[in-house]
Amino acid sequence: MNDTAFVLTLAASVAAAVPIALAALGELLSEKAGVLNLGVEGMMLVGAVTAFQIGDATGSLWLALFAGALGGTLFASIHAFLSVTLRANQIVSGLALTIFGTGLSTFIGKSIEGLPLATDFKPTAWGPLADIPLLGPLLFNQDPMFYATVVFALIIAFYLNRTRAGLALRAVGESPGTADTMGVAVGAVRYVHVMLGGTFAGMGGAYLVLGQVPAWSQDGTTAGIGWIALALVVFASWKPLRVLLGAFLFGFARRANFWLQGEGVEIPAEFLAMLPYALTVLVLVVWGTRDLRRRIGAPAALGVPYIRDER
Amino acid sequence: MTTPAIAAVAATKRFPGVLANDAVDFTVFAGEVHTILGENGAGKSTLAAMLCGLYQPDEGHVERNGEPTLLRSPRDGLAQGIGMVHQHFRLVDRFTVAENVILGDPDQPRLIDQSVVETRVAEIGERFGLPIDPRARIADLTVGQRQRVEIVKMLYRDAEVLLLDEPTAVLTPKEVEALFITVNAMTAAGKAIVFISHKLGEVMSISDRVTVMRAGRVTGEVATADTDQRHLAELMVGRPVESETRRATAKSGQADVLLECRGLTLSIDGQNAVDDVDITLRRGEILGIAGVAGNGQRPLARLLAGIDGCDAGSVAVNGSSVTNHGPLAARNAGLAFVPEDRLGTGLVPGLSLTDNMLLTRPRKFLVDRKGARREVGQAITDYEIKTPGTEAHARLLSGGNSQKVLLARELASLGTEDGPQVIIVSSPTRGLDIGAAEFVRGLLHEARERGAAVLIISEDLDEVRSLADRVAVLYRGQIALQGRTDDLTIEQIGLAMAGVSADDDVGASPAEVAG
Repeated sequence: MNDTAFVLTLAASVAAAVPIALAALGELLSEKAGVLNLGVEGMMLVGAVTAFQIGDATGSLWLALFAGALGGTLFASIHAFLSVTLRANQIVSGLALTIFGTGLSTFIGKSIEGLPLATDFKPTAWGPLADIPLLGPLLFNQDPMFYATVVFALIIAFYLNRTRAGLALRAVGESPGTADTMGVAVGAVRYVHVMLGGTFAGMGGAYLVLGQVPAWSQDGTTAGIGWIALALVVFASWKPLRVLLGAFLFGFARRANFWLQGEGVEIPAEFLAMLPYALTVLVLVVWGTRDLRRRIGAPAALGVPYIRDER
Repeated sequence: MTTPAIAAVAATKRFPGVLANDAVDFTVFAGEVHTILGENGAGKSTLAAMLCGLYQPDEGHVERNGEPTLLRSPRDGLAQGIGMVHQHFRLVDRFTVAENVILGDPDQPRLIDQSVVETRVAEIGERFGLPIDPRARIADLTVGQRQRVEIVKMLYRDAEVLLLDEPTAVLTPKEVEALFITVNAMTAAGKAIVFISHKLGEVMSISDRVTVMRAGRVTGEVATADTDQRHLAELMVGRPVESETRRATAKSGQADVLLECRGLTLSIDGQNAVDDVDITLRRGEILGIAGVAGNGQRPLARLLAGIDGCDAGSVAVNGSSVTNHGPLAARNAGLAFVPEDRLGTGLVPGLSLTDNMLLTRPRKFLVDRKGARREVGQAITDYEIKTPGTEAHARLLSGGNSQKVLLARELASLGTEDGPQVIIVSSPTRGLDIGAAEFVRGLLHEARERGAAVLIISEDLDEVRSLADRVAVLYRGQIALQGRTDDLTIEQIGLAMAGVSADDDVGASPAEVAG
């Protein structure tokens, strides 16, 4: 067995988990507020292409990241407006967002298709810690976004479970009518968290071009990561720390090919490319089964527009 | 005690087509229980909604401690110490008791300290007789326990005025006792309690004063010390309006039995919504089912029409059993059904009148659109239906006109071999103007004259009394009282509707007990 290849694969998996985790954490916030957003892929694409353009123009990594996050946020506000204010069908609105995002990013990215980006995130070694076998390359030789993602997951878990605002958020996703009578501004909570979802998805998209492959390619950059993130939220039962762990698993699945090839196992690239969509189908099956949804912990009002009952 | 804790002053609330509250005056003082009594639709809940900030009065205003106040939302109400315990609980099932209690509470610190909350919930429970485990999940609690959580929620925020909307409707007698102990503890602590109910016995035992409402108006305000159940029932039901279209002769009990159900029972959410109901309906007879809304009328109608299946019992239409055979079997046996929600269960709002007519016509491969159109045209003339035409969508019609269309469809071919033998009509004239209502009553009479058996289910007692040969009163899914209309007084019916019977006769002498 080739140990080095395996460790390298694991280390790469950790990095590959970052964009999945970011997008999934964002989707988790949105879904906790009761709004399903199938536009993750679109928001990531917009985030990625915006980050590339700004990074290319300014040369600043952090400005590029910020631009990606902002792009995702603004893009998610479309979904917030459609699903919260206009109470549109969230599945339709989310899919529209993905389709629109694909088109928009192709348009914005026309001039940069295939060009390399000069600036990107680099791993920093934590001195001697990075030399610890296995754990060193995995945890102490990553780029700043990896650590930021771990911190985000911890903050979100704390926010959900221990703060007044987190309680209000969960109530809005479980029973908006109750939250409303108890004085929680349901619409505002939904808007904020749908847009935060866009922020995280945009960051995840930005990281794809800033941290993984420093180039923009319309169909290669995200390659279905948005759909994986959506599936991950479900498989993680809407729990942020499980999302983080699950992201590492999916990250490994994305990078395992490299190691498996060394071991003489050949998995067709088409099969791997198909996986996100197969997962999405699975998620939609779960989505369609009320009982199952409840049992695995979906917010009770997920996907249901809130209308205050008046006479 | 000189200024009321909360008061409605000449409060009027209108909804499209309904005057829900008409210049209502209402006061509650700290330390007393003041009940709002009335039938469903009398305007009790609207009044309570205005007092807690859910609705704003169109005219008049609400006063808190003698000062006029504007409550824009329940949140404003809570901020002013007014808390409402809704009939349908506002709780998040997946949250713990403590989480539900502090949800939306602006006085909570941003970081929640669970132990502080739990201690206070326990204190409140101790003081007011509301024992509850703060860490229990709502989903695991009984209905009675959930109600306790609702009350704790309000007390946690130092509510001084508590509105309890039909709190006993969901409780067992034992839980009712416990609730009343809590209510007494609350008034002893200087809280003002507004109790909403239509059950006379409870009202007499718990309240200090009672305001009776009927059709949006206050018909009386009395101290319980100065009144009895009979007087309250009179105020609640109102004087019967003697009908001009008094039925002709009710035929003797020897005609064929067209509708018969035995031991009909349906349990919904663990409670018997329809409980061991026996009905015998003969040719040429109108039976009226009276009762306060929510006592099983809707499920009973759906069971008889074959829409829902029953848990026990049997239904036979025209001699053939249709128990649990579905609505088509009931129809084929000669049953016609006019449901209470005309646009929804009765007519399809987005289909034309012609298409709606076709819905109950023989199921062949091809539909007879021309015939249906002719039928609708005939109905438009005969029933004086106001519509742009036979192809107009059903949703464009007013309540009266859509009811006429529905009746035209259900009563077509009446008196012929294929025509309906049994007609079940829910709330036949609700929402209709006087002319249309008269017309519909006339139709039902005519149907009876032509040999059909008619079952009317209505919350309008006057209507039931004026139309029906026999009256049955539904209370909690059971037939509480049944008899010939002429043999029953309105007081007897009113008491039965309020659930006063031999085993629930707080303050009633045997002579007053119905049945």
